[in-house]
Amino acid sequence: MSGVGLFEPVVEGTEDLSIRFDGRPLPASRGETLIAVIMRHAPALGRSEFDGKPRAGFCLMGACQDCTVWTADGRRLRACMSEVEDGLDVRSRSPLADLADAGPDGGDD
Amino acid sequence: MPISPMPGLMAAMTEDLSHLPLVIGAGPAGLAAAETFVNAGIRPVVMDEAQRPGGQGTRRLSPRMQPLRERLFGAASAAAMAEREAREDTILAACDFRPGVIAWGAIGDEIALMVDGRLGSVRRGNVVVATGAMDRIFPVPGWTLPGVYALGGAQVALKRDASGIGRQVVFAGSSPLLYLAAVQYLRAGCGVAAVLDTTPFASKMRAVPGMLAGSARTLLDGARLILELRRARVPVEMGVTLEEIVGDERVAAIAYRDAGGAARQLHCDAVGLGFGLRSEAQLAELLGADFRYDAAFRQWFPITDSDGRAGPRLWLAGDGAQIGGAAAAACAGKLAALSVLAEIGGPVSSSAIERLRRRLVRWQRFQRAMTEAFATPIDSASRLPDSTVLCRCERVSFGEVRQAIAATQGPIEVNRVKAITRCGMGRCQGRLCNAALAELTAQATGQDLERVGRLRAQAPIRPIPASAALAQDAGSR
Repeated sequence: MSGVGLFEPVVEGTEDLSIRFDGRPLPASRGETLIAVIMRHAPALGRSEFDGKPRAGFCLMGACQDCTVWTADGRRLRACMSEVEDGLDVRSRSPLADLADAGPDGGDD
Repeated sequence: MPISPMPGLMAAMTEDLSHLPLVIGAGPAGLAAAETFVNAGIRPVVMDEAQRPGGQGTRRLSPRMQPLRERLFGAASAAAMAEREAREDTILAACDFRPGVIAWGAIGDEIALMVDGRLGSVRRGNVVVATGAMDRIFPVPGWTLPGVYALGGAQVALKRDASGIGRQVVFAGSSPLLYLAAVQYLRAGCGVAAVLDTTPFASKMRAVPGMLAGSARTLLDGARLILELRRARVPVEMGVTLEEIVGDERVAAIAYRDAGGAARQLHCDAVGLGFGLRSEAQLAELLGADFRYDAAFRQWFPITDSDGRAGPRLWLAGDGAQIGGAAAAACAGKLAALSVLAEIGGPVSSSAIERLRRRLVRWQRFQRAMTEAFATPIDSASRLPDSTVLCRCERVSFGEVRQAIAATQGPIEVNRVKAITRCGMGRCQGRLCNAALAELTAQATGQDLERVGRLRAQAPIRPIPASAALAQDAGSR
């Protein structure tokens, strides 16, 4: 199986933008959805908060919420309904969940 | 009247749209309704959750996919499509078109919206709700693995994101769209590993007379798709039983039994899964629509008259009211708008209405026959192992639901099972699990599907982030 990403592009994009996913810079093209960019480069969007299993979206039309990612300030985005913007910085876990895991002393970042 | 669990989130300022027709959804039904209003000299308000009009099944290709248009659809269809899209753009230019608007609730005449992460609301007058449909899903063990997508989602990836959901894709389930999606992938140059259709060839042959009476051309188009797949040496199997989608962190294979009962395993890295369509009727319900059970489709549809009227100043059109496909949706959209026009005293041709009604009935008859050809695999409710995930949002398993049903005294219907198990209570609001939950509840209690009822819609029908409410507060200070 070639590459680590799930999605396979059928038309090459211009890749004139860049976003960050969990700190990793990813090239993106104007007009693309967040899920298309992330799934071209990554094997998953995050993990289920219930069983820890990897998740990568399902309906791709905004209904199932399986593709949720978070911005640095905690905003929840449906990756399948959000178009990329240059410099967009998203993560696979809610910043609140990171805080909770780190305990009362706060996170390490 | 449904009460919002979060009345504080209803916006303080409500835009009054009660003097204009409002169309919610810019797919085939909504666009046909909009066109009818525009032709009558009215400028309706048209809202859609997506940024671009077109709906799901008739979704437009993104600009990046345009070079593939002819290859994907053939020259004649591509030209007809371009013409239709240009006409739709002309119509929308004559409307107050608002893309990117999520209608997530309704109280009385107010419809709650979210736009760009901010809350708002409108006061409605006559409204045509054309919210369409999405894939009906039945779980298969392993269906939560990365690489498994709804069948419609696989088409969205291609048409919008210029991507296949994988490099060796299996299209599995029971739907004519399995063949359409597989052919579109093939034409786009994506690897198609197989089409695994859970309905047998014989059930399709039985439905041929009914489909012929509806639309011979559509039936022929479907046969051509299968031929094209066979010519490209894509394995097409009918009458299979899906056993498991195999993989650790992502899809590696699909295990199934062929029509003869032999166990098979096929290497793949993605699965497009679909079992027909389910109406997206939650907004219609919050606006006051009542529901009826349809035994052929094994689902509930809102009750309307022949022109889509479902209540005071409320019309429903398209797949959100009755699964019928794009052509039926366009008829229904026109009919609904004509019915609105008649209500407000506009000039309406009764012969045009009669013609549309006859066409709509014919398309719906075709869809009914098609539904019989691609029947629901209802045996999966009893067959699937306890460990199978039923509700993917809350990760509730078949076993947990079976146990809860066995331990419950008194009458059992799906909302009770939901309350006990949390199945259907997650972020998707039961959109993905409701069909299987109903089948399982019926099977486990020995009741007819109709008797176990349907999950009631609750606002917000789409998750509303707390940040939207906070932004609202900050903005109003």
